[in-house]
Amino acid sequence: MVSFEPPDKSRWSGFILGMRLGLPVAPGIMAFGLVVGAAAARQGLTFLQSLAMNFLVCSGIAQLVALEIWPAVVTWGAVLTVAVLAAVVGARLFLMSVSMRPWFGQRPAWQAYSALFFLTDATWLIAMRYRAEGGRDVAVYFGSASAIMAAWLVATGVGYFVGSFIADPAKYGLDLVMPAFFAAMLVPLWTGPRRAWGWAVAGIVAVAVERLVPGWWFIVAGSIVGAIAGGYLDEQRE
Amino acid sequence: MNADLGTFGVWMAIAAMAIVTYAIRAGGFWLMGYVPLTRRVRSILNALPGSVIVAIILPLAVRGGTAATVAIVIALAVMALRRNDLLAVICGVGAAAFVRALVL
Repeated sequence: MVSFEPPDKSRWSGFILGMRLGLPVAPGIMAFGLVVGAAAARQGLTFLQSLAMNFLVCSGIAQLVALEIWPAVVTWGAVLTVAVLAAVVGARLFLMSVSMRPWFGQRPAWQAYSALFFLTDATWLIAMRYRAEGGRDVAVYFGSASAIMAAWLVATGVGYFVGSFIADPAKYGLDLVMPAFFAAMLVPLWTGPRRAWGWAVAGIVAVAVERLVPGWWFIVAGSIVGAIAGGYLDEQRE
Repeated sequence: MNADLGTFGVWMAIAAMAIVTYAIRAGGFWLMGYVPLTRRVRSILNALPGSVIVAIILPLAVRGGTAATVAIVIALAVMALRRNDLLAVICGVGAAAFVRALVL
């Protein structure tokens, strides 16, 4: 008899690993969630509406910006406005989605498209790092996605009820957890100076566009130009 | 366009945001299904994650004030030295909080 690991066991350990990988961002998501939950309560959303938005949209920055301009009277015009806002603020998610193709493209469509529902800055960063280190178990992705969604729903729920009593998270630097996590995640992606040329181009373009164009376009512009430059240089030198 | 939609409107606004956001989340992956993964496309996809990260953090480090710069630089340095993401985030955020405490 050949002994073999029951498939459920390996899936489960991958899931747990994914949850552990989500740990470093948990405090940032908690702090951000408190703020978004409090904003929803302040704008008069019911708890159920707030919960639905947190689960279905699950995009902290987009929600916070939308709730900032949330109209007292919702018209079709207002619906259109928040929809456009979600698209503009979420544009970087499109590029993150593009970069998931080589991995999720090997999975059945139902799995890929349900996984993409949970695509956020945090889950994407964790996935990219995991992939850079040679991982391929989708259970890890779902583990981190579940942990992050759970933390997000709890934090926004608490924020909805007690958010206005909580001290400014910025005082403790908690608003900088995501930027710090982004920066840290760059390290595992480092594969030598050759690819860094593309990163340098991305940085220069992003800084320039950020000064010239209002909004979040600098992320999209920098990423695309940097990736094309990096990919092209990579090929040239092979 | 100007009629008050009431509670229905709130639900419509949430649904509209949800649909648009999911379309973006799934759209990039879906679109790449029609692009053959040639060597050049693979090279570009390999360079994309790092480019996205740099395009997000560099403008923040340049323009986001001392605390943001400190958080980003310290997190990068600690990660490069220790390869521990939790430690990197704690050190970066702790240093930023320290800077803010000094300034305020």
